[in-house]
Amino acid sequence: MFDLSPAEWTAVELSLRVSIVATAFAVPFGIAIGWLLARKNFWGKTVLDGLVHLPLVLPPVVTGYLLLISFGRRGPIGEFLYDYFGIVFSFRWTGAALSCGVMGFPLMIRPIRLALEAIDRRLEDAAATLGANNVLVFFTVTLPLALPGVIAGVVLCFARALGEFGATITFVSNIPGETQTISAAIYTLTQVPGGDAAAGRLVLLSIVLAFAALFASEWLGRRATIRFHGE
Amino acid sequence: MTVLAVDVEKKLGALQLSVRFEAAGGATALFGPSGAGKTSVVNMIAGLLTPDRGSVALDGTTLFDAAAGINMPPHLRRIGYVFQEGRLFPHLSVRQNLDYGRRMSRRPRDAGAFERIVTLLDIGHLLERRPRMLSGGERQRVAVGRALLMRPRLLLLDEPLASLDAGHKREILPYLVRLRDDAAIPIVYVSHMPAEVRRIATTVVRLDAGRVVAAGGLELLANADADALE
Repeated sequence: MFDLSPAEWTAVELSLRVSIVATAFAVPFGIAIGWLLARKNFWGKTVLDGLVHLPLVLPPVVTGYLLLISFGRRGPIGEFLYDYFGIVFSFRWTGAALSCGVMGFPLMIRPIRLALEAIDRRLEDAAATLGANNVLVFFTVTLPLALPGVIAGVVLCFARALGEFGATITFVSNIPGETQTISAAIYTLTQVPGGDAAAGRLVLLSIVLAFAALFASEWLGRRATIRFHGE
Repeated sequence: MTVLAVDVEKKLGALQLSVRFEAAGGATALFGPSGAGKTSVVNMIAGLLTPDRGSVALDGTTLFDAAAGINMPPHLRRIGYVFQEGRLFPHLSVRQNLDYGRRMSRRPRDAGAFERIVTLLDIGHLLERRPRMLSGGERQRVAVGRALLMRPRLLLLDEPLASLDAGHKREILPYLVRLRDDAAIPIVYVSHMPAEVRRIATTVVRLDAGRVVAAGGLELLANADADALE
């Protein structure tokens, strides 16, 4: 059914790698900022909230362009990261992962924040009286109880990363084998004569991947809910 | 000998709470109508609520002293707390709930103590269940066990029977009496029910509208019965 050419497989493999890396890096930030937004009141909270959700409302091209001028080799952050850590984002798959992570982030934050807000704080008090300090309370009570929300956030972010196109192509272009993900490959194929068959195969594969992600999230979410909250 | 010395003030909405009492070993009842400030007092003993003024001392150690700027965080106080609604961790089994305090303070496993308390409270058959699958009475017994297994210096019981029906109350009371007699841990027992207090307490502190109105022996309950009838 999926008689893909090596070049198409490369795009698929790259898409998965970019999405997995983007999601994995987004998770700790998602939990930390979700917790800040759910629990703390601080100066600039509205600004942080807005900033996090910006990629959801901005045209992806704008997000991609902003990433380009800040994380590009000449950009202030990009230059710093290259000089001190040797990290390069521009025109590399790592840049694709960065833009996918940024685009998926608002979708990850929301369920995590809601799950944290729904937790009965009195359980955390109970844990404290039993000898758990703040860090232990977080890792043994707060985070496990918020796990269904974290899983939902991970899946949404992953799905968004898999489908990301506009920001990625603006930031890191469309280089086969480096930054050409499934979406970018489909776009390229639709621009060349006779590319329809290959594009069709990748489209079909995208649908399969999307369904797999949805089923996985459903299954994981149900398991976590049963494990942590009973049937 | 005084084990617990409480002298706290706190403004809680319209209620100006100002409570001072001392407790020796055995079971001290904080007794009074709802809204008298009983739960706030035990929360201040546990460190979950910070008094505006005053001090709390346990076994000669200062837990809180507003003037000296001392406020020991709850996780260091080693005070077992049984809440009105149990507050068992829903994501952990009964066994893991019971074991929680030991894990948090990184003490080695003590199978003897575990066995003893499980037997005392008769919860051996519940160990692998989730809190959700327990009856109200079972849940409160597990909550008592969880508080005891952290080896507390003091045990706070805040209306532990309030959420239970009469049958379950009768089921738990004997365990609490046994606990008072066997465990040798001082207890502060919060209740507004004279019958319960009479079974468990050795000393009574009567609270009303945020003040101590009387402190002494069980004879204080005689008036309370009359009050309750009015």
